[in-house]
Amino acid sequence: MSKRYRPLIPFLILTGILIFVAVFAPFLTPYDPYLQDLEGALAAPNSTNLLGTDRYGRDVLSRVIMGSQTTLCASLLLLLTISVFGSLIGAICGYKGGKIDIFLMRMSDIFLAFPQMIFAVAAAGVLGGGLFNAAAALAVIGWPKYARISRGLVLTVRSMPYMDAAKMAGTGSIEMLYRHVLPNIAGPVLVTAALDIGTIIMELAGLSFLGLGAMPPTAEWGAMMNNGRSMIQTAPWVILSPGAAIFITVAVFNLLGDKIRDVMDPKNQRREVF
Amino acid sequence: MEVLKVEHLSKKFGSKPVLNDLNFSLNAGECLGIVGRSGCGKSTTVKIIARLMPPDEGKIILCGEDITNAEGVKLKDAYKNMQMIFQMPEDSFDPRRTLGQSIGEPLKNFGFDNIGERVKNLLEEVGLPPEFSERYPHEVSGGQCQRAATARAISISPKLLICDEATSALDVTVQSQIVKLIGKLCREKNIACLFITHDLNILPKIADRVAVMHEGKFAEEGLTDEVIKNAKSEYTRELLAADFFKMK
Ligand SMILES: Nc1ncnc2c1ncn2[C@@H]1O[C@H](COP(=O)(O)OP(=O)(O)OP(=O)(O)O)[C@@H](O)[C@H]1O
Ligand SMILES: [Mg+2]
Repeated sequence: MSKRYRPLIPFLILTGILIFVAVFAPFLTPYDPYLQDLEGALAAPNSTNLLGTDRYGRDVLSRVIMGSQTTLCASLLLLLTISVFGSLIGAICGYKGGKIDIFLMRMSDIFLAFPQMIFAVAAAGVLGGGLFNAAAALAVIGWPKYARISRGLVLTVRSMPYMDAAKMAGTGSIEMLYRHVLPNIAGPVLVTAALDIGTIIMELAGLSFLGLGAMPPTAEWGAMMNNGRSMIQTAPWVILSPGAAIFITVAVFNLLGDKIRDVMDPKNQRREVF
Repeated sequence: MEVLKVEHLSKKFGSKPVLNDLNFSLNAGECLGIVGRSGCGKSTTVKIIARLMPPDEGKIILCGEDITNAEGVKLKDAYKNMQMIFQMPEDSFDPRRTLGQSIGEPLKNFGFDNIGERVKNLLEEVGLPPEFSERYPHEVSGGQCQRAATARAISISPKLLICDEATSALDVTVQSQIVKLIGKLCREKNIACLFITHDLNILPKIADRVAVMHEGKFAEEGLTDEVIKNAKSEYTRELLAADFFKMK
């Protein structure tokens, strides 16, 4: 890894840990996250149940670990879908122009005009809840942002003198695309995506919290918080544990996003922030 | 031998005529300076010649080939004979690639071997240390970047070098260094040069002939000294007078 990417390492390690936990969640949970034990319900954190138990006596730590899989997988898949699909649409608009451009951009305007969360709540409600439907609702509202960004980037890159220079250097149009256009738009798209992970995790968890996402008994952070809502005073660990998990995950991904932005900007290469 | 011949070139943007039946030619190893006020159509002319913009009418003949409608392989062949140095040095390099990679790009595309070695030699020729091949465009000064652009343009030994305001973005002392460098390299390698500028003062340093552009055609054309010393057209005299006052 070149010197340029070095500031990313600590954040990559942190996100790596999160992803490791998510992927290997079933092997990392101390107890079965779905095993009910009504006699041991609502136990405060102790040496056997490090984060206590919920109202069905399920081990909160195990459920938080298991929840990372649900939350991260769903969020990352959703993000991958909307960023790839959205950027592709935007790139096509930027390249082709004309009627396709006008049509697709008006479409994206329509979606951008909706308040994001309200649309997602309404759509998830109409679709009838469930994690997949919640993600679908967020996807419908999420792609136009990427389409706008990549369209603008393609238009800018296309008009840069270095594109003319590359053409005169005998570079063919396909090489032009992968040698000059994609690398120059990938950075900002990637940065947007990285900065978006946190938001998407929150939105998905938010929909689950409202009862429009993951359904019980699925271990999902938002749903777990919803579950512990009524006991915030008597058994705060039930709501605080998944809350802290969301907080830490969002913070880590946001920091990673910030760092990626710094590293990706070619003009920032030599700037060390901390 | 004629390297470039431009016949009856016309171009309109909307209803606004920018080029109006422009004709000229350029011999091997010769340098033609084109001057004119901002907006008179100089960049449009070179963009059309470099096939970066289509003309409405007219023909571009490069080394005996009509390249007006060349596409694909034929266009690539045309670029083998014609290279350009752009106005904004930094913008003419892909910010994600090192100067070495960019200078090597034409070499690679036109099938040269030993690219690393050639890039080092080219850098030396334009007065840059070999380490500069690892630098990114934003890590060098404007003048250094324009030197690198010169290296890229001469790398495949074209017959024609187009410089569109290649020195306008640089400060005066650097300007004259770059003009000298381009002039020297063109003479050494017998490259014809089309040198576009709005600054008459630098033309005596490089141009054999000068054409004064006005309203989409040449108002006057002749040997550099003659045009500057006894301008025939009213417009040229105005341009000279404006420059005269600017210098004071
Ligand atoms: N893509 C375009 N669309 C519409 N008008 C254009 C376009 N490009 C140039 N023009 C117009 O054509 C005229 C000539 O422009 P051009 O860039 O050739 O001028 P120039 O002589 O190079 O000027 P400068 O010295 O400022 O570079 C200008 O009036 C400009 O506004
Ligand atoms: Mg110009």
